[in-house]
Amino acid sequence: MTQPIIQLSGLDKFYGNFQALSQVDLDIKTGEFFSLLGPSGCGKTTLLRSIAGFETPSAGTLHIDGQSMDGVPANKRPTNMVFQSYAIFPHMSVAENVAYGLKARKLPKAEIKTRVAEAIAMVGLQGFDARASHGLSGGQRQRVALARALVLKPRVLLLDEPLSALDKKLREQMQSELRQLQRAVGITFVLVTHDQEEALTMSDRIAVMFDGKIAQVATPEELYGKPRSRRVANFIGMMNFLDAKILTTSGERVEVDVQCFGKLTLPLAQATGGLEGCDAVGVRPEMLTILTESQAADREIEAVISEVFYYGDMTYYDVKLPFKEDTVTITMRNTAGRSILAVGEKARVGWSASSLLLLK
Amino acid sequence: MLRKGHIFKWYMGVFLVFLYAPAILLPVFAFNDSSIVSFPLKGFTTKWFAVLQTTEALHVAVRNSLMIAVTTALFSTLFGVLAARASTRFAFPARRSIMGFIMLPMVLPEIIIGVSLLVVIIQMGFELSLWSIILGHILICTPFCIAILSSAFMNLDQSLEEASFDLGQTRWNTFWLVIMPLVMPGIVASLLIAFTISLDEFIIAFFLAGTEPTLPVYIWGQLRFPQKLPSLMALGTILLVLSVSLLLVADYFRRRGIRKTGIESKGGFL
Ligand SMILES: Nc1ncnc2c1ncn2[C@@H]1O[C@H](COP(=O)(O)OP(=O)(O)OP(=O)(O)O)[C@@H](O)[C@H]1O
Ligand SMILES: [Mg+2]
Repeated sequence: MTQPIIQLSGLDKFYGNFQALSQVDLDIKTGEFFSLLGPSGCGKTTLLRSIAGFETPSAGTLHIDGQSMDGVPANKRPTNMVFQSYAIFPHMSVAENVAYGLKARKLPKAEIKTRVAEAIAMVGLQGFDARASHGLSGGQRQRVALARALVLKPRVLLLDEPLSALDKKLREQMQSELRQLQRAVGITFVLVTHDQEEALTMSDRIAVMFDGKIAQVATPEELYGKPRSRRVANFIGMMNFLDAKILTTSGERVEVDVQCFGKLTLPLAQATGGLEGCDAVGVRPEMLTILTESQAADREIEAVISEVFYYGDMTYYDVKLPFKEDTVTITMRNTAGRSILAVGEKARVGWSASSLLLLK
Repeated sequence: MLRKGHIFKWYMGVFLVFLYAPAILLPVFAFNDSSIVSFPLKGFTTKWFAVLQTTEALHVAVRNSLMIAVTTALFSTLFGVLAARASTRFAFPARRSIMGFIMLPMVLPEIIIGVSLLVVIIQMGFELSLWSIILGHILICTPFCIAILSSAFMNLDQSLEEASFDLGQTRWNTFWLVIMPLVMPGIVASLLIAFTISLDEFIIAFFLAGTEPTLPVYIWGQLRFPQKLPSLMALGTILLVLSVSLLLVADYFRRRGIRKTGIESKGGFL
């Protein structure tokens, strides 16, 4: 293992009495596409700006490439940032914007020229060199911002919600372009987003943040499949929760009493965030099945359909289980031969103990 | 019967006539071939302009006025830049009330500023000179400069500064490479406004003039001699044309600045 490119430990940030970051510990690996994901106001931007050098942490340490960043100003850090507003200099042409950082480093003119041309080509803006930068479209401005930062070959590129200002179509296109660009240049990307889908599709690893704290750091699959708490599970996709009570633990197994499902013995590994404080089991909507007449499952439960949402390729059912107040959501793929059930119909719901997670 | 719309139109018409008719009379009599300023007009002449060319005292007054106006414009714009920058970027205690006090001279009667400066300067044992007028003019022009420059600085996206810093530029260079070019239209507008205000300011200049009159003070002095009136009309015509052109240039720069930064225009002089 090479050493992490960014190491944060015990980072706190106070604005007056308000704590925006609290005891943030984080290692970001060299060359990975890392996302900071969380709801609005959870401190993502504050964390990113602390790495960039625009905010001074109240406590804790920050190392980039093994070097302490204590007292190192933003213009001396090996990081570059793509701002949410893109911050393209409006009085400069596209090429002048891209050359800005190289000129600050006082590189020879010829080198600046070739590197600017390369960077502009890399983001697909050939022929736009001399264009005035006001009057560029959102997508073009973003490309200029990317080229302007990447031309400096930073160790880390920081991106604060770079796609949030774009419309849906362009956003999806830029997501895949951004991912390809990151693979091509091999630079560590740290992306801030509040869009869980964006984080899941683009990142190698994701840190989920709530209220200034990091709740979980994991790969997208791990985050979706093994969330460590109800809050994370709810933020990443949908999850159904059933009340649960831990009865006994013996070795690697734990016996729980689950609402509707009854007494079960689950492997300890299914308590993803540890056993302590667990009071619910969670199950993803696609892990439950509505059984057809001919189908059977190890475990099944009677239910009544209370809502149907038809999406073409998928159908979302809200079903009522006996002795449970809230409905449970089940998603079914609309494969051939499967009929859509109607509200009020009875259904058999198949489930399996291996898809349950014990959560706090 | 007059409808509401008609009353409004009449009101506007009368208002505009009272506002501009006297100013339009200036060029009319400036080219009138008679030493008496009255109708009917006699004939076309440019001799009143020629008279201006040979009046030595007038030339001294113009030089004084230009010197005062240029110096005032430079200093009040410099102070305006500092104040606007401070008030839009940095939070400091009692910012609002401090800014309020700085803006106060805008509504303070000039006679108060004139008299109080006169008393202070005399009491401190200084001679009245062009510099005492400059001091007074800086006092009344700076608030206007701050108002113009504040909006220029406020329109500036703070992330532009951060981006420059992030790209490896120093704060000092960021100020010259990013901030200055973007607020330059505001600075030009501020220079022009301060110049114009100073150029035709009378009360302060009159109180603090000492032995060196400015142009408005000179003109006021000449009004005692009726035979000088037509050439004053010619002088007034020149001043009128210059003032209007300056104002147009100032607004052009303000608008260009707004277009350059891609921000919607929020009113203006014109
Ligand atoms: N300069 C500041 N002064 C005071 N409070 C601040 C400041 N900057 C941020 N905060 C507060 O810190 C908290 C975290 O802010 P931050 O901008 O990091 O959130 P975020 O996760 O980026 O949210 P968003 O998704 O809305 O951008 C917010 O509650 C915010 O109000
Ligand atoms: Mg943010």
